Amino acid sequence: MAEAFKFELVSPERLLVSEQVESVVIPGAEGEMTVMAHHAPVMTTIKPGVVTVKTASGGEERYVVFGGFADIVPAGCTLLAESAVAVKDVDRADLARRIQEAKEDAADAKDDQARSKAEQFLSQLTTLEGAILPA
Amino acid sequence: MPSLKDLRNRIASVKATQKITKAMQMVAAAKLRRAQEAAEAARPYSERMGSVLANITQAIGGGGDAPALMTGTGKDDVHLLVVCTAERGLCGGFNSQIARLARDHIRRLLADGKQVKIICVGKKGFDILRRDYASMIIDRVDLREVKTLRFVNADAIAKKVIHLFNEGGFDICTLFYSQFKSVISQIPTAQQIIPAGVASAPAEAIDGGNAVYEYEPEPGEILSDLIPRNISVQVFRALLENAAGEMGAKMSAMDNATRNAGEMINKLSITYNRQRQAQITKELIEIISGAEAL
Repeated sequence: MAEAFKFELVSPERLLVSEQVESVVIPGAEGEMTVMAHHAPVMTTIKPGVVTVKTASGGEERYVVFGGFADIVPAGCTLLAESAVAVKDVDRADLARRIQEAKEDAADAKDDQARSKAEQFLSQLTTLEGAILPA
Repeated sequence: MPSLKDLRNRIASVKATQKITKAMQMVAAAKLRRAQEAAEAARPYSERMGSVLANITQAIGGGGDAPALMTGTGKDDVHLLVVCTAERGLCGGFNSQIARLARDHIRRLLADGKQVKIICVGKKGFDILRRDYASMIIDRVDLREVKTLRFVNADAIAKKVIHLFNEGGFDICTLFYSQFKSVISQIPTAQQIIPAGVASAPAEAIDGGNAVYEYEPEPGEILSDLIPRNISVQVFRALLENAAGEMGAKMSAMDNATRNAGEMINKLSITYNRQRQAQITKELIEIISGAEAL
């Protein structure tokens, strides 16, 4: 059994998770990564996606996050999410609204850089929708 | 001299008012608890954000790639004031305290020949500042419809501010809100958010903070994403503190009002009884002297 470490998932409104876990899969901006105990210190931005938490007691929990940061140190991992919900609580309408907003952002973007950023965000959201909501 | 009927009406109306203020006090107490819980729940995020920020600024070491939001424009000619107040009155000096602090600040800035722009969050602050500085108010944010304060509300305000900054609309941004200390004491506070005051001595970094971090993507890029978010968090925290403070102030104001109404009822009842007795005595005298005359 792998060694446990401290994982915290925080959204601006509240602290969602704070417990001992075995591993966490984080949707990093430059690819997914699995964090386990004694991970080298890394700081990364995260893209919209699913965080999979394997708790020390053997359970598995999944959360949807919409952008944010992960701060990883050997002793633990802190995830600052812009907004986060447990997968089972995901609201289809809310996700659709976010996608709609992202589409509007992409359409309104003034310069190329902003547009590519907005489009990237949009594509991440759509992938996410496909991943968590089986049609 | 008011008649007995007038007095009776008066007492009834004060009693009705007392009931209302009592109810408002209880509502405020319930809301205060909720607001305090929300403020408490939001604290971990802003704390972690602070330590991450401290970490990353240390890594960059004040290098040239720090975003403008952090370093400022290098000028301080145009000031933006974000004044956060409550949407409703009847909460003692809560709103006027914040407005007074903002007004003093504006007066000082104007005396120094600076240009001032104001964004009002909440209706009450707008009402007060409109009297003297209507021309400087460039925007107002209405949170009247908002039942529970969410991060998106704060985020929208922060985005507005950042957008304005990127357009070169101002050089320095200060946030005015009331810090919630306890139910009876709220401290109006001015906090500069742009340029972000970088703690040169990083606040206690998280365990193993002196380790060498790997950044993904580059620190500069993370920072340029982190700073706007930090501003949103600051605004969010200010709004939450304000919400708790407003309820605290309202609770003590309504408590006072209820007590005053009680005192007033006592006084009025005494006058009423005295007058009733006087009238009875008068009638008795009339009857007796009438009987004697026969």
